Amino acid sequence: MTTETKELTKQEAFLAYLLRLADDRLILGQRMSEWCGHGPQLEEDLAMANMALDLIGHATALYEYAAEIEDEGHDEDYFAYFRDDREFTNLQLCELPKGDFGFTIARQFLFSAFSYFQYERLKDANDEQFAGMMNKHLKEIKYHLRHSREWVLRLGDGTEESHERIQESFDELWMYIGELFYMDEVDEFMIKEGLGVDSSEFKKEWKKLVEDTLTEATLTVPDWDQFMMSGSRKGIHTEHLGHLLAQMQFLRRSYPDAEWK
Amino acid sequence: MENQEKLDEFQARIDAGEKIEPKDWMPERYRQQLIRMMSQHAHSEIVGMLPEGNWIERAPSLKRKLVLLAKVQDEAGHGLYLYSATETLGIDRSELVDQYLYGSAKYSSIFNYPTMTYADICAIGWLVDGAAIVNQTMLARSSYGPYSRANVRICKEESFHKKQGYEMLAKMADGTPEQQKMAQDSVNRWWWPSLMMFGPHDSDSPNSAELIKWQVKLKTNDELRQHFVDRMVMEAEAIGMELPDPDLEYNEETGHWDFGDIPWDEFWNVVKGNGVMNRKRIKDRRAAHENGEWVREAANAYARKKKLQQEKAS
Repeated sequence: MTTETKELTKQEAFLAYLLRLADDRLILGQRMSEWCGHGPQLEEDLAMANMALDLIGHATALYEYAAEIEDEGHDEDYFAYFRDDREFTNLQLCELPKGDFGFTIARQFLFSAFSYFQYERLKDANDEQFAGMMNKHLKEIKYHLRHSREWVLRLGDGTEESHERIQESFDELWMYIGELFYMDEVDEFMIKEGLGVDSSEFKKEWKKLVEDTLTEATLTVPDWDQFMMSGSRKGIHTEHLGHLLAQMQFLRRSYPDAEWK
Repeated sequence: MENQEKLDEFQARIDAGEKIEPKDWMPERYRQQLIRMMSQHAHSEIVGMLPEGNWIERAPSLKRKLVLLAKVQDEAGHGLYLYSATETLGIDRSELVDQYLYGSAKYSSIFNYPTMTYADICAIGWLVDGAAIVNQTMLARSSYGPYSRANVRICKEESFHKKQGYEMLAKMADGTPEQQKMAQDSVNRWWWPSLMMFGPHDSDSPNSAELIKWQVKLKTNDELRQHFVDRMVMEAEAIGMELPDPDLEYNEETGHWDFGDIPWDEFWNVVKGNGVMNRKRIKDRRAAHENGEWVREAANAYARKKKLQQEKAS
């Protein structure tokens, strides 16, 4: 038996691309929102709620557009509430439990730095609505990057304890960063259409930003060539995602016919 | 003893409707009462993040998730500027926080009730924020400048929260039978606690007379409560929600709604620490504070290092 690979249509590629972007942001935003009321200081409670709000807001806008592209009568909530683990294509990096404050910050920094370079390019995408959205969200991504970068410096170059803690977080997160630069037929199609971005183009810049920041924070940059996880863009996840979804989706799925907007 | 002349002068300013500002002379007792009230208000905003935060992850639509996140974020903001306003009275935020986490300072008892269903989030928006607005609208005219201004700002945001809660509750009241049941159940559970938010009856409220004399408060607990009941009766009717009080009746003579006896035993029980969530709330807030200590220390250490480096460079 042979499996035939079907040619992607533009609609399929665009939909998959939007969902990947949206899923990353929804799941990371969900994790960030877990800090509400539990932050290390009031100013951070505000900042983290703000970032969660941005991330989930970005995801919502992307899902809305995805629904339009898909054209099956779904709305943004459909993608968030009525898909299962295997259909979510967010990075494993985003679904890992929030950990301590240092872990949350380290992850946010790695992700925001990537998003920054990605959105810098996507804002010129060959689709007015999509490009406009990217341009709008980029402003907030810049803030997330600045905020998380400043905290990496504070924690790395703060006390012995904070240094050790955030170093450990980067070490633990490292195997999940390979996927940031994963590309497949969806990306290739989108690049060809002038809608997507070739992440290998800015990999060097991203690495330099990460290296410079970690070095300034007196941290050790983990081994770039170590083993890297893969599979999330094809719906392969850690066990953490299922629990996150169970919590997030339970009420909506318990009363699917009710109006909740 | 404070100089009687100064006290009279102070009272004259109050009576003339002047605002008292941080650098002005004020009686020590006025300062202490304000620290108590304002910090209690700040702690309440912070603890209040917990029962609502309890539903952010489970909110039933992306829109409602964003609305709730924004609301809880606003509360953190209110806490922040209320602490800042309290600091103008010569006390540190860290000391105030210690007083409620490890000492005897209080926060509003309403937050010791559990948010069991999502409808509780809507009922809180409508009733609890609704009661808070009645109180804070008055406090926005309070004699202490910084507290008055903080409340002006808070009221604007709270009105928005109330509107959102009321709007979603109305949708549920008009929704599926399960939603209707959930909504009514929430109103049943939150109605009496929201009436208790105004504090004990005037006859049992030892601080009231003094606070009114100094125009820190402009109305008594019972006056505010009556104002709240009159409004809520109309709003409940408009969305088809019943209020769980068989004695609610319009009084032609007074032009107000009479209501039944408030279950004070329960209120005092919760104040004393026996509410469903008292222990958990304090445990959670202590955990946040203690788990965050290494972060705050790191930030301080880093700031010191940078300052030193700058000094060396110049």
